[in-house]
Amino acid sequence: MTVASSATESLCEAAARAITDSKAAVVIGYGADGGSAFRVPVFVRTSDDAAGLVFDDLCLPNLAVYLTKSEVRAMGKLAVVVKGCDLRAVNVLLRENVIDRKEVVLIGVRCGGVGRPRLAKCAACEMHEPQGCDVVVGEPVTPEAGGNGQYAAVDEIEKMTAQQRWEYWQRQLGKCIRCYACRQVCPLCYCKRCIVEKSTPQWVETSPHLRGNVAWNVARALHLTGRCVGCGECERVCPMNIPLGTLNLKMARMMEEWYKFRSGMAADENAPFTSWAADDREEDVL
Amino acid sequence: MEQKQTDPNEWQPRIVAFLCNWCSYAGADLAGVSRFGYPANVRIVRLPCSGRVDPMFVLKSFERGADMVLVSGCHPGDCHYTSGNYHARRKLQAFREMMTFLGIDTRRFKMSWVSAAEGAKWSAMIGQITEEARALGPFNSYPKAVIGEEKQ
Repeated sequence: MTVASSATESLCEAAARAITDSKAAVVIGYGADGGSAFRVPVFVRTSDDAAGLVFDDLCLPNLAVYLTKSEVRAMGKLAVVVKGCDLRAVNVLLRENVIDRKEVVLIGVRCGGVGRPRLAKCAACEMHEPQGCDVVVGEPVTPEAGGNGQYAAVDEIEKMTAQQRWEYWQRQLGKCIRCYACRQVCPLCYCKRCIVEKSTPQWVETSPHLRGNVAWNVARALHLTGRCVGCGECERVCPMNIPLGTLNLKMARMMEEWYKFRSGMAADENAPFTSWAADDREEDVL
Repeated sequence: MEQKQTDPNEWQPRIVAFLCNWCSYAGADLAGVSRFGYPANVRIVRLPCSGRVDPMFVLKSFERGADMVLVSGCHPGDCHYTSGNYHARRKLQAFREMMTFLGIDTRRFKMSWVSAAEGAKWSAMIGQITEEARALGPFNSYPKAVIGEEKQ
């Protein structure tokens, strides 16, 4: 399979240079895999191997997740290929002091949207041009017609009655098999010890039953409130097709409406749940 | 505490209240020493600060049979730790909105500010929310789904 695009060419060059200049020991990027519906993450250690990197509209995975994994960090200094949306996750990791900017090489790619068909998040993308990367590759992108289409699924659920919503979520969350793929793929779920693994007391039942499933998915979404950048990886990897992204988007839109806050737009932002204001919203407080 | 009821078979709402040590717990205490009566349906859990309340406390209470959960702290500006109640407010207002989105009845989840001097407010408020909980009846829609049992 040949993948030709100008972004790919300059990406390979930038990756090779990062290795030959000893700026990074490993470059994490996308590689072509004929058997896969998306470009698979690859770890490149030599400048020759860097020629195998690709970038096109099938580069779905958010590679920022690898920056948080201790086994990956043990490989040495990391360079990572990031789209604008992935960079938002990197910004949150910087803001939360999980990674040190000096320890990471960011290879930004100008991205006009990914997925066939295009993902809903891409239509609303405001990060076509990655800011603050060490090197940015690819042609400048003319944004497609925008819109807030990514919230369509949220609106759909909000139109229902309370009982319909509860029935809907019972159906959806009832499917969960508790594989925690959503957690593993999330760049912002980096706790060394997750709440589901705590057993004294056990906050979340571990069996795939609605009781634990609701608790787990509520906890997951709440822990990401004001942090989630809406990359949608959780929903993409969910083997049971639970609309996890919808729950995250609901919370993200709430943070935008209440606190005028969009997560990951800059590395020095002040997150909603680490700050407060005297005149914060206070509905139905006795 | 002994509960005095006219009909022992009559269903009684169970309310779990998470109170901060410095204001609301002292307020409830003041209601006690001032001999203001309030329904014994409320089970009080004392915490250092309302900022300690994790939304998981609320879910867990519902799982274990609470018909209503109350979180009460110091009035804004009066937190013993300066800002714990402000953090609690942000967190729990977001949680409340998530409950709405999931279709879980938010009338079952109450927040209040009760100061150490507001024994009378505490007494009146507990009376009022107990009546509301009684009118709502046993909370079954969430626990029944997650536990699989219907309360009597």
